[in-house]
Amino acid sequence: MSAGGEIKVELRRRYRFAAAHRLHSEKLSDAENARLYGKCNNPLGHGHNYVLEICVSGDVDPATGMIANLTDLDAFVEREVLDAFDYRSLNDEVEAFRTEVPTTENLCKEIFRRLRSFPKAKLERVRVEETSNNSFEYPGE
Amino acid sequence: MVLLTRKIEFSASHRYDNPAFSPEENRRVFGKCNNPYGHGHNYTLEVTVAGEPDPVTGMVLDLSELKKILEREVMQRMDHRHLNYEVPELAGKIPTCENVARVIWDLLEPKIARGSLHRVRLYESADLFVDVTKRSNDVKR
Repeated sequence: MSAGGEIKVELRRRYRFAAAHRLHSEKLSDAENARLYGKCNNPLGHGHNYVLEICVSGDVDPATGMIANLTDLDAFVEREVLDAFDYRSLNDEVEAFRTEVPTTENLCKEIFRRLRSFPKAKLERVRVEETSNNSFEYPGE
Repeated sequence: MVLLTRKIEFSASHRYDNPAFSPEENRRVFGKCNNPYGHGHNYTLEVTVAGEPDPVTGMVLDLSELKKILEREVMQRMDHRHLNYEVPELAGKIPTCENVARVIWDLLEPKIARGSLHRVRLYESADLFVDVTKRSNDVKR
């Protein structure tokens, strides 16, 4: 039997976006970039079908049975993230990645930053699958 | 501590509707989920139990016992049922993923005799799922 403790309910939602990126750091030489990032440093970039999974927490509204209405959440994510990332080149079209390498680690942090102001529930963590074999998760600071 | 997860699937229909709302408000809040004849899902339920492997059997708990618990407490109540009308534990609640997951946690927790219930994860669809945990069970990374 488990000990006492408050029950926590979290809502998780997945979204998908297709984007191009290239891993290349201006702080490193071309040779170092090639060695460090391998194929991910190829000069014309490459792409992924990313899967974004967000986790929000809050009280379940007794009137609706929901932590957050998906209509509100989906619209917020569409506006704050998907419009900017879907069918885009992350290096060329997202301001944050003009100065940061668009690794999926940094992508998680940037997406968390964009979504943390969601007004209807608390953003707990952002998880991004770059491929079916690589995923990254960021729980905020 | 080791976490053991068992997955089952069940098929059920439901409808999101609050009798205290007007029809227009129900439609606005719940959208297609308020369609009058209901709709259905293939739900996937992942039940995670935490515990130490028994030194003799090597098991956190007897999986056949867990399977019987899930059959009795979840499948017989919810599989091929209409969640709004046929599950007494959901009476008076809107059968959202949040509420169904919470009901499943409440049904299972007292039945886990060895180890402790760590997490109930209920997928309403591949892109929408809910986690129920207990704050005292948070695993430190």
